[in-house]
Amino acid sequence: MNLAGISLAYLRARPLAAALNVLLLALGVATVVVLLLASRQIESRMLRDAQGIDLVVGAKGSPMQLVLSAVFHIDVPAGNIPLDEANKLSGHRAVKKAIPMALGDSYKSYRIVGTNHDYPAHYGARIAAGGLWETPMQAVLGAETARATGLGVGAKFAGAHGMGGEGEAHEDAPYEVVGVLAPTGTVIDRLVLTDMKSVWAVHGTENEKDADQEITALLIRYATPLAAAMLPRQINANSFLQAASPAYESARLFRMIGVGIEVLRAFGVVLMLAAGLSVFIALTNALEERRYDLAVMRMLGAGRGKLFGLLVLEGLLLSVLGAALGVALGHTATSLIGSLLAAQNQAPLTGFLWLSEELWIVGGALAVGLIAALLPGLRASRKDVAGVLAEG
Amino acid sequence: MLSLKGVQQRYGPNLVLALERFEAAAGEHWLVLGASGSGKTTLLNLIAGLLRPSEGEIIIGGQILGQSAGAALDRWRGRNVGIVPQKLHLVQSLSVLQNLLLAPYLAGLSANKVRAESLLGQLSINEHSKSRPNQLSHGQAQRVAIARAVMNRPTLLLADEPTANLDDANCMQALDLLQNQARECGATLIVATHDQRAKARFEKRLELPA
Repeated sequence: MNLAGISLAYLRARPLAAALNVLLLALGVATVVVLLLASRQIESRMLRDAQGIDLVVGAKGSPMQLVLSAVFHIDVPAGNIPLDEANKLSGHRAVKKAIPMALGDSYKSYRIVGTNHDYPAHYGARIAAGGLWETPMQAVLGAETARATGLGVGAKFAGAHGMGGEGEAHEDAPYEVVGVLAPTGTVIDRLVLTDMKSVWAVHGTENEKDADQEITALLIRYATPLAAAMLPRQINANSFLQAASPAYESARLFRMIGVGIEVLRAFGVVLMLAAGLSVFIALTNALEERRYDLAVMRMLGAGRGKLFGLLVLEGLLLSVLGAALGVALGHTATSLIGSLLAAQNQAPLTGFLWLSEELWIVGGALAVGLIAALLPGLRASRKDVAGVLAEG
Repeated sequence: MLSLKGVQQRYGPNLVLALERFEAAAGEHWLVLGASGSGKTTLLNLIAGLLRPSEGEIIIGGQILGQSAGAALDRWRGRNVGIVPQKLHLVQSLSVLQNLLLAPYLAGLSANKVRAESLLGQLSINEHSKSRPNQLSHGQAQRVAIARAVMNRPTLLLADEPTANLDDANCMQALDLLQNQARECGATLIVATHDQRAKARFEKRLELPA
């Protein structure tokens, strides 16, 4: 027998009301936890994907589309740029490294990226099986691509035109898998890598002169920090090319979806506050229902502090249960969303990630329960005992 | 043991109790008789320290009641005074056994499950120890309330109208229980009632004027 036991007995005597309060709080906590886990993972994923890429150069159009298509591979490219322009830029003294990239086809909605060996090296990709491509029409699969398509070294497949996987297949020009990469936790896991010449071959342009060849984009690393001030302006002045900064564009993207996240977060907080109000109402009603119990407890020797503690403990118990359930729900929901996204070849989310910020959410939920219980607790401690015992 | 001097209790302008002198020695069994509204319950509440007298003083065991206040007074009451209220007021959310264990816990004493179970046995309600109070008959509930009142072996046992709504046989049984338990604890027993049937059982009687 102790205060927690008595509080628990009271909660068990009204299981539906207690469950409602716990559930309300849990939904609020879960909403905030899901948003925290998802936005944190997407953010760090985008940071990792864009790491070390100072500038993306591609065809004129939307700079965000350029970044989304060439760095994160979640949008279609706007167009191509002439190879000789790209080569000129690669030799620029402000450019430390430039990775060319030819896009256009996909296999089962996994993108085929024509590039050179610098691209897997940039993401620190190690070979899990086979080796990198040496000649055109050899392909290397990212870890996730290999897992999802079931292809291994030696397998042959035909790319399809377009990015969605519904395009016309290039049956006459099959690729041969020569290698599979180990997982990197970056965008490269979900790509098919090949030589740039493969992409040209598939599209029947491999025999054209270099001057007429085209690529889709160039990923650039600056030689000096000073380049940031001058290179983009120089490139954008060129009538064929456009330069976009992945850092700037992803920050812009986050600002845009940030509004939606804020609205959802506010919704979660409103749910938590509503739960607090509900706990407050439940405890205030309990004061009336238990006026005799409270008086009897004083009669039996409980001080005012104990009655205050009893009500506050009840509010805290509700919020502890709500917070625990909410965190569990939040992680489960994130895992579920993650597995749904994985089915759509999107960046995976995991529920098995614990962030220190969650402690703040739990702390907030406990504070809500505590504050909701303070006033009823105070009123319980001030009841006139003799008057209540005498009536009835 | 218990001594009241010049005690008056008012609610606003109404004088509800005026008692020039009342003294009870340790272990004595007293009957406080009076019609409804004569201040019987008020007297019990004053002795239990649940009310403060408007005037006069109450001395229990050599201590003037009300000199300590707040939690100390609550604690003193929990350890020294057993009360059987008229409307028993058992806690419905707890089992019968838990209702008994509530008494030592709230008085800050260690839980004495052995005593609780032996009391339930003595009052032949041990088979109901896990029941909720609302599953008991009135007679059984009253026995639980008496057991709860004597759990902490009080020096003062107060009962308010313990025989109300009881037939003759049950009336005598309830008084037997109270007197036996009071004797067992060596407690001073004060029973407040308007029930004339109780008169024959008590040598010491205090009649409150209406």
